[in-house]
Amino acid sequence: MVDPVDANPIASAAAKADDEAVFVRAAKRGDVNAFETLVNRYENKIFRLALNITQNREDAEDVMQEAFLKSFEHLDEFQGNSRFYTWLVRIAVNQALMKLRKRRPNQISLDEPVESEDDLMPREVEDWGPSPEERFAQTELNEILSNVIAELDPPFRIVFQLRDIEDLSTEETAEVLGLSAPAVKSRLLRARLKLRHKLDRYFRKGDNP
Amino acid sequence: MNCKNVVKELSSYLNGELDPRLMLDLQRHLNNCEDCRLVVDTTKKTIQIFCNSEPVPLPSDTRERLHKALANRLRKPRS
Repeated sequence: MVDPVDANPIASAAAKADDEAVFVRAAKRGDVNAFETLVNRYENKIFRLALNITQNREDAEDVMQEAFLKSFEHLDEFQGNSRFYTWLVRIAVNQALMKLRKRRPNQISLDEPVESEDDLMPREVEDWGPSPEERFAQTELNEILSNVIAELDPPFRIVFQLRDIEDLSTEETAEVLGLSAPAVKSRLLRARLKLRHKLDRYFRKGDNP
Repeated sequence: MNCKNVVKELSSYLNGELDPRLMLDLQRHLNNCEDCRLVVDTTKKTIQIFCNSEPVPLPSDTRERLHKALANRLRKPRS
């Protein structure tokens, strides 16, 4: 099967979600090309997800391969209650967390670091101007984003990745990570504020080109 | 509502999950506090910038290894 969305660059995200189900049904019937279409569609996103969590290219590559292989092997278990992509993200996150724990069992804690409420309060707040993205080339901006996310502790990095980048709900994120919904909310708030603070040094109005 | 409460409720506010009465309190505070307005605005932009960023395409050797591994597995009957 050829991916019609790839052939038509103006196709909407909604159309993409709709025809995802068509490819999944075909893949379940054993259509290997349909599954490859799904891989082609999501490989860049799953690699970024794995890289953001593991912070290691080799691990991210393993995680991506394992996630796609596992999703193919367990496709019969996918009931269609969520988007296929959400299901794939869950598999990839579990693989990435296993990798993280295995590689650095004594270095990486997934528990939330203890911080007071006062640590949350932003200091020396400045305007970024109307559109900071326009001040940087795409490659430069991507580098900034991966640098600042790498600086976050894993508990914050992973929650931000799932909630804000992958668009999982609070409940889905809580389920994938084995956390309570309030813990997800607390980590998300801290992650957003920390990232805001880290981006501030690049985007402050007048400090950059 | 004070600045500390604004920060505490910031995520819920940006997610559109805030109770309508708290929302009004918060907006009233924002009308009078430039620092909080900037925090809300730059946090919103932070989320947008990450959401709008397209992932970098896979390096060609990484992609090649992925598709080779998949081809080996996909062409075999599923267990």
